[in-house]
Amino acid sequence: MSTNGEVIIEVTDLVHTFGDRAVLNDISFNVHRGETLVIMGGSGCGKSTLLRHLVGSMKPTSGSVKIFSEDITTMKEREIERVRLRFGMLFQSGALLASLTVGENVALPLSQHTDKSPDEIEQIVKQKLEMVGLTGFEDLKPAEISGGMKKRVGLARALALDPELLFSDEPTSGLDPIMTAVVDHLTLNLARGRGMTAVVVSHDMTSAFRIATRMIMLGHGNIVAQGTPDEIRASPNPEVQQFIKGEADGPIPLNLSQEEHKDHQLVRPRPFWAARFRFHHKHS
Amino acid sequence: MFKSRKRTSYSQPPERASLSYRIFRFLHLTLLGILRAGLPVKNYLQLNLSLLYWVLIAPFTGQFFEIAPVFRQMVSIGVRAAPMVALTAFSVGVTLAMQAAHSLQSLGAEMYIPDLVMVTLLRELGPVLIAVIVIGRSGSAVAAELGTMKVSEEIEALEVMAINPVQYLVVPRFLAMLVMLPTLTIFGNYIGIFGGWAVCRFALDFNTAGYVMRALESSDAWDLYSGMIKSAVFAWIIITIACNSGLNVEGGAEGVGQATTGSVVQALLAMLVMNAVLTGIFFFSA
Repeated sequence: MSTNGEVIIEVTDLVHTFGDRAVLNDISFNVHRGETLVIMGGSGCGKSTLLRHLVGSMKPTSGSVKIFSEDITTMKEREIERVRLRFGMLFQSGALLASLTVGENVALPLSQHTDKSPDEIEQIVKQKLEMVGLTGFEDLKPAEISGGMKKRVGLARALALDPELLFSDEPTSGLDPIMTAVVDHLTLNLARGRGMTAVVVSHDMTSAFRIATRMIMLGHGNIVAQGTPDEIRASPNPEVQQFIKGEADGPIPLNLSQEEHKDHQLVRPRPFWAARFRFHHKHS
Repeated sequence: MFKSRKRTSYSQPPERASLSYRIFRFLHLTLLGILRAGLPVKNYLQLNLSLLYWVLIAPFTGQFFEIAPVFRQMVSIGVRAAPMVALTAFSVGVTLAMQAAHSLQSLGAEMYIPDLVMVTLLRELGPVLIAVIVIGRSGSAVAAELGTMKVSEEIEALEVMAINPVQYLVVPRFLAMLVMLPTLTIFGNYIGIFGGWAVCRFALDFNTAGYVMRALESSDAWDLYSGMIKSAVFAWIIITIACNSGLNVEGGAEGVGQATTGSVVQALLAMLVMNAVLTGIFFFSA
C-alpha cells in the first residue's frame, strides 16, 4: 500500500548543521499519497527541525525537499506560499493568534485565502470545531482555554482549508486519553475517507502505532529505522526496541559523559585560518 | 611573526596564545562584530522595502489591504493615547506661557507671549513631545505585542498558513500610525494653545479675543505644515522601529523585554536626530 500512489513528499540527502553539529545528517525518504507517516525519536533528535524543513520555514545546509514535486528549498517566499495553501500544519503549542477568538482563528485561513461569504465561513468554522469536540467555544479567547483545547483548535485551523496534506507536531501530547483517541480517529478518518496524507511527529507510542501506516525513527540526525508499524515492532534494532517499550536502560544513553556532552553541545566553528596555529587556553 | 615556531619543544603547551594568533583573532572577531551589527540594519531596510511594496504596489496587483484592522489599530495606537497627549500638551502650553511671561515681562513685551506659545508648539514642541508620548505608549506596546507573537510561534504559524506577516500585522499598524500621529499632534497643539490661554487669561492681563488674535497673527500655515511633515516622518520612524524590534525577537520572554526597551531607545534617538535634520532643512531652505 505504501509504495503505490503518487509521491507527495520527497526528501533527498537533507543536511542541516548548526555550527559543527549536524542536526539532520543526510536524511532521505518519500511519502506517498494517503499515507500517514509517523516520525518518532527522542527529544532533541531533530524531529521538529525536520518538520520545519518540510514546511519551508527553515532552509537546509544541503539537500532538497520536494512537496507536490516542487522543490521548496530553492523557491522564493512568494512561490512557497502557493504550495503552503495546499497543506495545513498543527504546531506543538497550537500557535493560535492570541488577539483573535477561537472562531476567528479557525476562520483566518478561510477569510484570507477564499472568497467565501461570512455566513459560509461561520458554518465551516462550526463544523471544524465540532470535528475536534469543541462545539460552542467560538467566542472564547485562546487565553481562556486549556493547552489541550488550544491544540485541538490548532488542528481545526490546520484543517480549515481541507488540505491534501497535514503536518502535525506532537498532536496528542498534553491531551487526555479520550481526546487522544478522538484526535487519532480524526486523523485516521481523514486519511482513509478523504485520502489525506499526514506527517505526524510524535513520541506517544500508543497513538503512533494506532495511526501510522509507516514509521521513521530518528536518532542523532539519522534515520535509525523505518518501515510499517509491524516491521518497527519486530525490529531487531535495540534502540528502536528501547524507544517503543519506553525502557530507561538500553543503547540510548541516559547520562552522557562529559566528553559526550561536549560533542553534543553547539561548538562555535574555529575560524578557518586558526587551523594553522597551535593554540591552547590557559585553563584547558 | 611566527613566534611559536622558535620553540624547541612542544611537549609543554605555551602559556599564552601567540601574538599573531591574537592579532588574527582580534581582526576576525571585529569583522564578525561589524557583520553582526549590520544585520539589524539589513532587517530594518528589508522591512521598509517590504512595507512599501505592500502599501504602494500590492494594491494595484489586486492584493488590497483590509481596512477594518487599520481602524482597529488607529483606536489602540491613537485614540487611547489621546488623554495622555492632552495632559502633556496642556502642561507644556501652561509652562511655555509662564516661562515666556517671566522673560518677556522684564522687557515689557507680554503681548508676545501668544506668539511664542503658538510658534514653539506648532513647529517644535508639539510634534516632538507627542512623538515621545506615542513612542513610550504605543511604540513599546507594538514591539511587545509582535515580540510575544514571535516567541509563541504565531508569526511562524502565519507564514505557514501563507499569510505574509508584514501584510497582515505591520501594514495596519503602519497606516494607523501614519494617520494618528499627525492627528494627535494637531489635537495636542490645540490643547497646548488652550493651556497658554489659561495662563494669559487668568494670571496675566489678557482677554480671550486678544490672545486668539495675537496667536493667529503671529503664525502662518507653514508653521503648521512643517510640524505635520515632522510628525509624519516621526510616525514612520516609530512604527517601523517598533515592528522591526518585535519581529526580530529571539530568546523568549527576556528577549521580548529587551526588544521593547531597545525599540523605545532606538525610536527616541532616531526621532530626535531626525528632528534636528528636518529643522535644519526647514531653517536653511526657508
